[in-house]
Amino acid sequence: MFDRLQAMLMKEFLELRRDRWAMFRLVVPLLIQTLAFGYAATFTVRHVATALLDLDNSQASRGLISRFVATGRFNIVDVATRASEITRDLDSGRATAAIVIHAGFARDLANGQTAPLQVNVDGTNSNTALIALGYISQIVSLYESEHLPTIRPVSTMDAVPAVELSLAERPWFNPGIEDTWFFIPGIIGTITLIQVVSLTAFAIVREREVGTLEQIMVSPIRPVEFILGKTVPFFLIGLGDVALVTAFGVLWFHVPFVGNPLIMLLGASLFLLAALGLGLLLSTLSRTQQQAFALNFFLVNPLFILSGFAFPIAAMPAWLRWLTVINPLRYFLVVIRAVFLKGVGITVLWPDLSAMALLALALLGLSVLRFRKSLD
Amino acid sequence: MAPEEAAVLVSRISRRFGTVEAVREVSFAVAPGEIFGLVGPDGAGKTTILRMLAGVLAPDSGELRLDGIDVRAAPEQAKPRLSYMPQRFGLYEDMTVAENILFYATLFAVPGRERRERGQELLRAAGLEPFRRRLAGQLSGGMKQKLGLVCALIHTPRVLLLDEPTTGVDPVSRRDFWAILYGLRESGVTIVLSTAYMDEAERCSRLALLHAGRIQACDTPAGLKAAMPGALLAVAGTDPRGMHDALAGAPGVQGLLLMGDHVHVRVDDAARRAPELRASLAAQGFAPSSIMEIEPGIEDIFVALLGAKARP
Repeated sequence: MFDRLQAMLMKEFLELRRDRWAMFRLVVPLLIQTLAFGYAATFTVRHVATALLDLDNSQASRGLISRFVATGRFNIVDVATRASEITRDLDSGRATAAIVIHAGFARDLANGQTAPLQVNVDGTNSNTALIALGYISQIVSLYESEHLPTIRPVSTMDAVPAVELSLAERPWFNPGIEDTWFFIPGIIGTITLIQVVSLTAFAIVREREVGTLEQIMVSPIRPVEFILGKTVPFFLIGLGDVALVTAFGVLWFHVPFVGNPLIMLLGASLFLLAALGLGLLLSTLSRTQQQAFALNFFLVNPLFILSGFAFPIAAMPAWLRWLTVINPLRYFLVVIRAVFLKGVGITVLWPDLSAMALLALALLGLSVLRFRKSLD
Repeated sequence: MAPEEAAVLVSRISRRFGTVEAVREVSFAVAPGEIFGLVGPDGAGKTTILRMLAGVLAPDSGELRLDGIDVRAAPEQAKPRLSYMPQRFGLYEDMTVAENILFYATLFAVPGRERRERGQELLRAAGLEPFRRRLAGQLSGGMKQKLGLVCALIHTPRVLLLDEPTTGVDPVSRRDFWAILYGLRESGVTIVLSTAYMDEAERCSRLALLHAGRIQACDTPAGLKAAMPGALLAVAGTDPRGMHDALAGAPGVQGLLLMGDHVHVRVDDAARRAPELRASLAAQGFAPSSIMEIEPGIEDIFVALLGAKARP
């Protein structure tokens, strides 16, 4: 048993070493994707192209406009003179948001009346629109509170103090609400999953295509030995991936790593086993590398979308939420984010760790059973 | 041959793929040290039979024994005794000749010191010794096939199964290949091979002629020839195709086969029909240069058995 497994492993590493491009293919896309995600994947909205129509043209209206510009979140791309220009800017996509200050703004403000202010946003990208609206209302409400008539009783003893609610914002674990802190740990899981699933599936299908699989199967090797021989190298590559992206995230993007690396290792190992099982299952469903490619493509996107990487699972409809239960990435993202940012241990993470263990067991078991049959 | 003496015993095996009956009730027995040939056109079922013998494909029904071991019941016991070389042997092209041999030797649990000696010996026999360090992917087609054979023989199997081993191999390599096979037969190895080459079929100890999943005839090449009904006349001339068509339906003619610049004519009585054919051809404006009786080849036997429906 040990000899045959050793022969398989020797062969795998020999082939990997001979493959001049292997190292390049394994490492470079990983780093490029981490970089791209680290910089590009963000919810922050900056430089919103904004069109402006100031019909009041007063000191007050110009004061409000300067507030918008000062935040850096809005770029004034057009100062319009009539309403039709605003419509044109939004239609053509030149502007994402339009701010219209109606005539009488300064007068109403001074009189303590409701001052008319209109905001139009391009809702095509609902996320950007929503976030931009959020900024705008923040700026406006701050401006509003500063211009409220400050009539207050000064020294009346029997005056009842007004009830005030003070909202203290204290985001835990990520005090600066840095998007990269959220995304980089997620990338580790996503990229590793894609790489390990496709590597495993392709490696076995290639042996089937070239004919070496049939040749090996007439030898006394057992399917389990073959599968171990095929998966152990990819398990190690997967761990390398995790270590590489983690190091990159910590050293380059300065994402804090406050948890226990051993829990990360445990989570990554369970996750990789599940990913290997998935790759193996794909390989038993494909006769050719093209089929494996198509299946891989079909599988990876839903895994990504239904993982909670970017879109909160709690916001999904119930039937999709149920689907996420069998997605190993979902659990790994919980573990990895918790280890990176929260530093919590097994006492908190055991449900996710056991879910991954169960999934790994089921996927590997199923693929080993299917693998025997697929030889016919 | 008593069943317990046979190195390979196949009894009434069948296998279908969907609606296609690839192999139907095929039975044969091969004695130790025989080279048994499965001959037939593409789709006759040769590969399916070999794959079932190798244990990589389960028959729907029937019994398979190798060296007395039931292949279906105890495949793990049968595996160390047999070797199967598919049409395209699975070599690892980015590993060297020596590394491929070592890999298969380890898979078959060949003991360490034997590995070196036997590997060396087989490489020498195959003429591959100078290429030990060459990557398998950089070998010629014939050399790849010989390396496949070396890998297949590294664990000294008792039974060797070869699926069209010399298809696409140059004549020199083919000769080397057969020299190795004869050497193996001397040492008592039983060989079952499939081939589409008729000259190669004649080198086998015994042959099974397959068509549409059934064995049509099974005997030694000489026995098959003797069993062919009638006699064979070779008609040579300038327009063999025209003569072939002209002779169709002539009295006493049982079969016609165009063979290069000859027409092979199967007749009931050679002495009586030869002059008749000459006269008939002359009457239709053909001038055959010679008409003489010849020994039938495997191809003639095939055509005689199956008629025109299955020309190999």
